[in-house]
Amino acid sequence: MQRSVLCSVFGSAFGSLLLLPALVQAQSAAASTPDLNGIWQAMNTANWELEAHAAEAGPIASLGALLAVPAGVGYVVEGNIPYLPAALEKRQANRLQRWTADPEIKCYMPGVPRANYLPYPFQIVQGSDTILMSYEFADAVRTVHMQDPGPAPANSWMGWNVGHWEGNSLVVEITDQNNQTWLDRSGNFHSDKLHVTERYTPMGSDMLLYEATLTDPEVFAAAWTIRMPLYRRKEANAQLIEFKCIPFAESVLYDAIGR
Amino acid sequence: MNLLIIQHRRCTTSARYPARLFALLSQFLWILPGTVSLAATPDTMTVAAASAAIPRLADGHPDFAGIWTNKSVTPLQRPAELGEKAFFTAEDAEAFRQASLARRDRDNRTNDVNDVLNAYNDFWWDSGTEILPNMRTSIIVDPVNGRMPALTKTREAELAAAQAATAERCRQSGCAINNGGVMAPAYAPEVLDLMTRCISFGTTVPMLATAYNNNYQFVQSAGTLAINTEMVHQVRRIPTDNSAHLPSQIRQWYGDPRGHWEGDTLVVESTNFIGRFYGNMQAADENLRVIERFTLSSPDILLYQFTVEDPTVWQQPWSGEIPLTRTDGLLYEYACHEGNRGIQNILRAARQEMKAAAP
Repeated sequence: MQRSVLCSVFGSAFGSLLLLPALVQAQSAAASTPDLNGIWQAMNTANWELEAHAAEAGPIASLGALLAVPAGVGYVVEGNIPYLPAALEKRQANRLQRWTADPEIKCYMPGVPRANYLPYPFQIVQGSDTILMSYEFADAVRTVHMQDPGPAPANSWMGWNVGHWEGNSLVVEITDQNNQTWLDRSGNFHSDKLHVTERYTPMGSDMLLYEATLTDPEVFAAAWTIRMPLYRRKEANAQLIEFKCIPFAESVLYDAIGR
Repeated sequence: MNLLIIQHRRCTTSARYPARLFALLSQFLWILPGTVSLAATPDTMTVAAASAAIPRLADGHPDFAGIWTNKSVTPLQRPAELGEKAFFTAEDAEAFRQASLARRDRDNRTNDVNDVLNAYNDFWWDSGTEILPNMRTSIIVDPVNGRMPALTKTREAELAAAQAATAERCRQSGCAINNGGVMAPAYAPEVLDLMTRCISFGTTVPMLATAYNNNYQFVQSAGTLAINTEMVHQVRRIPTDNSAHLPSQIRQWYGDPRGHWEGDTLVVESTNFIGRFYGNMQAADENLRVIERFTLSSPDILLYQFTVEDPTVWQQPWSGEIPLTRTDGLLYEYACHEGNRGIQNILRAARQEMKAAAP
């Protein structure tokens, strides 16, 4: 606002009236596209388990309450994830070995949508034709192409991300993820046929409504949706700090090799 | 057209610094007559046209958005035989380029274990085939010989001691030839180099090219420049608001970058390094300080200048410059750690060797 007033003064003072319509146009174009820039974080227990769950003991008895699992009311709009029968069995098997098999243990890139509700912040940098989502965990990153980049050349951990605006919402279609990531620490999973449609809708200046609809013909009987708010980190010095977890995971990954 | 664009720029610039309004006002009044008679002042016209043509954010600062590459055959350090010759002629450049390409693509088989390390030719490399457009004989521009300055005596002694300790350790089993071509411990992840562990390929601060993946995606918004380094998907999130560095106890592999604008140049200072590096910066320690300057010299050339200081390592600072060029195509995910089978085989071999050698 201060800028536009000063600009008007400048503009009229020097008779460059032609400049003003262009300036006004640029500002209104900018106003119609929500500004998602900032550092965001989920504040819930979805990463422990997407479905409703009670609190329970953690994986290491000697740590007592530390690392115990906090309860959650559930973040699946439909209540439960509509697994196909065989996939449900696999989910149960995953759950039994969750303290060793969860890829989060290995510092692997977390995939989408899990990246957005890990207990670490992520930063959205909204550029002119590209939106970068940069995650503190494992330096994961995804480039949301706002112009069609063509087909993905291969599967990847963070998928092929193509975005567009629908009214006030950023909509991102994510395809071509590999089948190596999980959806939470409880063994919820997907195949490489997963298709995620994300919607980021500003709810005031410091909150985004985050919705992710998942379809996967090999794992789910129907589409289902995760819904949760993402909150802006408001500390004056809020910033992403390196969480390069490779050194933290090397022992669990490599200690047994060759011994 | 030029007149309008110049006014727009002045407008946004002065609005960001209202206290400097009057100073800029006088500049503006001075420029205005100049732009009216552009034909009479070619220098003014060139400067005005160049700065007006570059893309800008709504806040008036240059927008570096795009995918840039630093690959080239220009060496970081000038070959000693070129002395203080800072620039190639067109003929010299072509000869140097051809010689570099031939050396890189030669059949270097030695029929021993080194063939594993050296099994790369131009099928694999993507480190550039052209001299940088500035025609310099080295990326380093200061010192004048185009080479890294001498190490401090203390650092030289430390590195020599570490080298001796490595050689001593590797009289026993559990070592392998590392990426630098010397025998080094290989029995645990933490004794391996950062590239083998997928932590760093030495491409990030300063941005120096390596064997391949020399692509950098710049995404910018008001107050932030993000540089997505394709090599091992390292994102540098650079605040451009001149904010203070992290507390000194927070150390990062890639340091803590802080930026501010000096006119149309973004100046970034990085400190708070952990102090372990791979590649060209290997001698540096935790006292490293790198100053980088980013300037769009045209819509398709992003001039990248850097100065490296580390008073406990080098006897003087050194500086370099790389005109980054735009590249077609996209960045792709390089999931290095997730697919790191190499480290497993290195560890397995070294540990098996130690087990076999145990009494």
